[in-house]
Amino acid sequence: MLKTRIIPCLDVKDGRVVKGVQFLELRDAGDPVESAKAYDAAGADELCFLDITASHEDRGTLLDVVSRTAEACFMPLTVGGGVRTVSDVRTLLLAGADKVGINTAAVKNPDFVAEAAEKFGDQCIVVAIDAKRVSVPGEAERWEIFTHGGRNPTGIDAVEFARKVSDRGAGELLVTSMDKDGTRSGYDLALTRAIADAVKVPVIASGGVGGLDDLVAGVRDGGASAVLAASIFHFGHHTVGEAKSHMAAAGLAMRLDP
Amino acid sequence: MSEQTVAIIDYGSGNLHSAAKAFERAAREAGLDDTRILVTDVPEAVTGADRVVLPGVGAYADCRRGLDAVPGMVEAMTEAVKTRGKPFLGICVGMQLMASRGLEYEETAGLNWIPGDVAPLEPADPALKIPHMGWNTLHLDREHALLRDIEIGEGGLHAYFVHSFALRAAEPADVVAHAEYGGPVTAMVARDNIAGTQFHPEKSQRLGLALLGNFLRWRP
Repeated sequence: MLKTRIIPCLDVKDGRVVKGVQFLELRDAGDPVESAKAYDAAGADELCFLDITASHEDRGTLLDVVSRTAEACFMPLTVGGGVRTVSDVRTLLLAGADKVGINTAAVKNPDFVAEAAEKFGDQCIVVAIDAKRVSVPGEAERWEIFTHGGRNPTGIDAVEFARKVSDRGAGELLVTSMDKDGTRSGYDLALTRAIADAVKVPVIASGGVGGLDDLVAGVRDGGASAVLAASIFHFGHHTVGEAKSHMAAAGLAMRLDP
Repeated sequence: MSEQTVAIIDYGSGNLHSAAKAFERAAREAGLDDTRILVTDVPEAVTGADRVVLPGVGAYADCRRGLDAVPGMVEAMTEAVKTRGKPFLGICVGMQLMASRGLEYEETAGLNWIPGDVAPLEPADPALKIPHMGWNTLHLDREHALLRDIEIGEGGLHAYFVHSFALRAAEPADVVAHAEYGGPVTAMVARDNIAGTQFHPEKSQRLGLALLGNFLRWRP
């Protein structure tokens, strides 16, 4: 039986982990490769690097991190952030990423998703959707795509956009609620559910996890195939193993390989 | 065991560096320190190798075109596998290429080593997502050396899958293991000295490294 995936996400800037990973006894908590190895050993089902390096010129540092991680960890790795061209996708895949996350470039030009999927296969194209609720209480729920960390509205309906990019060949959607991100109050389950119901491809829930019940809800109520979390793991509130046991106890199918 | 060379065929399909690293680690863990892992696009290196691996990610037709674009490579693989009887492992689309034909986007001829078609996944439950993506268990259809000492079945170890198309073997005896995803999905095939996995052993942690270790010791 296919299992629900838990995906820790590390923000990487200039080749270093931002915010650090505190629970692990690492010699260098800022080294993404060390953190990746620890998550690999802890039983994470996949790993995600989000590159938040400001300048495009510093890409070499990220590529080095990706290739060192791929050499050390035999688990699937998604890398996103600043991916604008087919050549960016190729470079990351050649460095050792298994999947590449596309965000702003897909919003600006959904055909870029088709171009990348045709070249490299649907399976390695993840479209990252950052959405904010724009409906007021009492009206039908509606979310809009925002770019630049939630600052710039686009006027694009999030569910429509999800349909569009999955039709164009996205193999998976990473759905982040910009309202919930960083609040530790749980995923936006209505958003996750609305998109999961609208598309055929798997949806990863993201943004707002505060506790283990939030992970359960993301799957059970949000319809997500995978759950992404950052701070609850990095700051040692919970281990990946605890999260898996908790989700399994709630009746979800989890991979509990030793 | 004596020295051996494993050729991983490089035909422009994705990153082979991490696959090579996985084979190197599997060799170390299996105590096969004299194993040399070679990522190569040179046909002579493939005919001369002791074992041959064909990886592959992406679309079927693209992969086939990529393989054909390396002059003499299909002939070299055929020579190594069919004439010299070298152990061969196809991974993901590399496994699918062993079929008679692929039906992804357009009809494409395969190598026809394992008769059958590569067709879209059609799970009985329409709510199941496509691609079939993530960790699934394996169910044994027949014993095979590559799965020796690996705990499989519903309570066993997991393999990492990511695909929307799957091989439908014409001969049931070619299927070694399947996964359950709204019905059986071919997970591993084998015939004589050739074997192939739909899942990615190089991404499948314990199960994967054990399978690669078995491949490196395989004497078909």
